[in-house]
Amino acid sequence: MTAIELATSNGTLMDDHGADAALAIRSMTVSYGQKPAVFSVDMTVPRGSMTAIIGPNGAGKSTLLKAALGVIKPLAGSATVFGQPVENARARIAYVPQRASVDWDFPTRVLDVVLMGLYRELGLLGRLRGTHKTRAMECLERVDMQDFAKRQIGQLSGGQQQRVFLARALAQNADLYFLDEPFSGVDAATEKAIINVLQGLRADGKTVVAVHHDLSTVPDYFDRVFLINTTRVAEGTVEEAFTPQTLQEAYGGRLAMGQLGQTALGT
Amino acid sequence: MMGEEFVALSLTPMLIGTLAAIACALPGNFLLLRRQALIGDAISHVVLPGIVVAFLITGVIAAVPMMLGAASAAVVAVVMIEAIRRLGRIEPGAAMGVTFTAMFAGGVLLLEQSDTSAVHLDVEHALFGNLESLIWLDATGWASLLDVEALAYLPVELPRLLIVLSVVVLFIWVFWRPLKLSTFDESFAQSMGIRTGPLGFALVIVAALAAVAAFDAVGSIIVIAMFICPPAAARLMTNHLGTQVAWSVLFATLSAVIGYVLAGYGPLWLGADNAVSAAGMIAAVSGAILALTAIVGPHRSRSGAPAEE
Ligand SMILES: Nc1ncnc2c1ncn2[C@@H]1O[C@H](COP(=O)(O)OP(=O)(O)OP(=O)(O)O)[C@@H](O)[C@H]1O
Ligand SMILES: [Mg+2]
Repeated sequence: MTAIELATSNGTLMDDHGADAALAIRSMTVSYGQKPAVFSVDMTVPRGSMTAIIGPNGAGKSTLLKAALGVIKPLAGSATVFGQPVENARARIAYVPQRASVDWDFPTRVLDVVLMGLYRELGLLGRLRGTHKTRAMECLERVDMQDFAKRQIGQLSGGQQQRVFLARALAQNADLYFLDEPFSGVDAATEKAIINVLQGLRADGKTVVAVHHDLSTVPDYFDRVFLINTTRVAEGTVEEAFTPQTLQEAYGGRLAMGQLGQTALGT
Repeated sequence: MMGEEFVALSLTPMLIGTLAAIACALPGNFLLLRRQALIGDAISHVVLPGIVVAFLITGVIAAVPMMLGAASAAVVAVVMIEAIRRLGRIEPGAAMGVTFTAMFAGGVLLLEQSDTSAVHLDVEHALFGNLESLIWLDATGWASLLDVEALAYLPVELPRLLIVLSVVVLFIWVFWRPLKLSTFDESFAQSMGIRTGPLGFALVIVAALAAVAAFDAVGSIIVIAMFICPPAAARLMTNHLGTQVAWSVLFATLSAVIGYVLAGYGPLWLGADNAVSAAGMIAAVSGAILALTAIVGPHRSRSGAPAEE
């Protein structure tokens, strides 16, 4: 248990340059065309924390994650993971993309998808051994999908697909987990299962960053928030940064005032 | 006996047709899954200006300059498609459409403006190739396969396609995992450090190589059909990528062999005098296989969307 406390207190006391942080983004600007999708954003994610990235549709949440992962080249700015450039830290990063971003009709089975998480270990021609399959099965068990290992991925429900994606990220055996809307389109049971896994990761000292849309569950699930609407609106612990004022600023007129007050202050 | 005539007249065209079919069907599997299947079509159109330019420069119809011209035209087309797609932010289908119609039109214009009437460079050759003429006259029977002297007179298309097929197989074998990963989930692949841009580009180049080699030997009809029909039929047979690729090789082989035999003997069986174009028949057989799998294939009723939402 001390290890966990150390990790968190390290994070909170970390220096301003973020060399010690799990993720440090500095002056990041990303653009697809004329208008930047993410503009001059700074973000610091302490080790062992669980951060929700919050903002309206099109605010640049997915873009920020992709830039942090080195999937998109930013116009300006940099991201470091555990004090290193992303390219040198890939083995320590796991990623769950937005579920709608892939072709679920692809001819592959659940277990094969989880095995994709082992690519960095296997390399181009490394032999796939029994131990790899056992590990993939263990990851499926952690999300309660072991009975579906041989299913074609198109024959799963949305919630089951999301669990498979999570299992693939678990197979990556990383220290920093990026998840893009892991709860979108899943029922209450799956949401509970996923959050249990994520909190289990945090208990093991891992760092979790998730794009999240349901404001009412933010205080229950996360300890930190990052509000974005192209630029950074607020960042900090839930108590500091998840307030009616910051939400109003991030969402503009798109949320009713009453709703804001309820979610941020209530529960 | 039968052997002598078969080895001399039918064996090599059949083998060449089969090799060309497999070389196109293999990358076709990935192109189909990436919704880029039309790229085979595009390539077989753009090689026309390449061949015409090669003829204008060298003044002769010879295999090597034609291949080089076709290959560079294919590369130009691939670069153009990628550039239009990225700079113009247009969907890939439209970028290909623009590129291949423009280049094919350019090829036709060039052909009309230049004096190629004296040589055998026409639309029919471009479409159907010349499979039936790729015979092995020095063969005297099966024993010729062990006869070094006779082997030296094999049609050059045969060893050439063998080399191209080896390159295709090697590429897909070595890059199987990243190809699969980046076809299924590109941003995840990138997050693992796979350079999906160059890899996708390499896939298209390998496909172009197969298309150009096959085009030279068997014409564009087979190229277009083999990029799409065997992989599409194979997809309906299985939900597993490796198995799909195996089925596509089987279907490509069946198309080439059955198509060649039907073209050569089918009309005679029906009492007609002349054989029909082997290339056309091979393409037709591959279409028939696709139709058959669409009716009886075990995985034809797939739902792209999840069962419940
Ligand atoms: N591939 C792309 N090409 C062009 N523009 C894009 C692309 N991806 C995103 N954008 C634009 O960038 C902006 C930010 O998009 P992004 O996907 O990061 O938003 P988001 O916060 O994740 O939204 P959502 O909540 O809907 O997932 C949007 O205006 C979007 O239209
Ligand atoms: Mg998003």
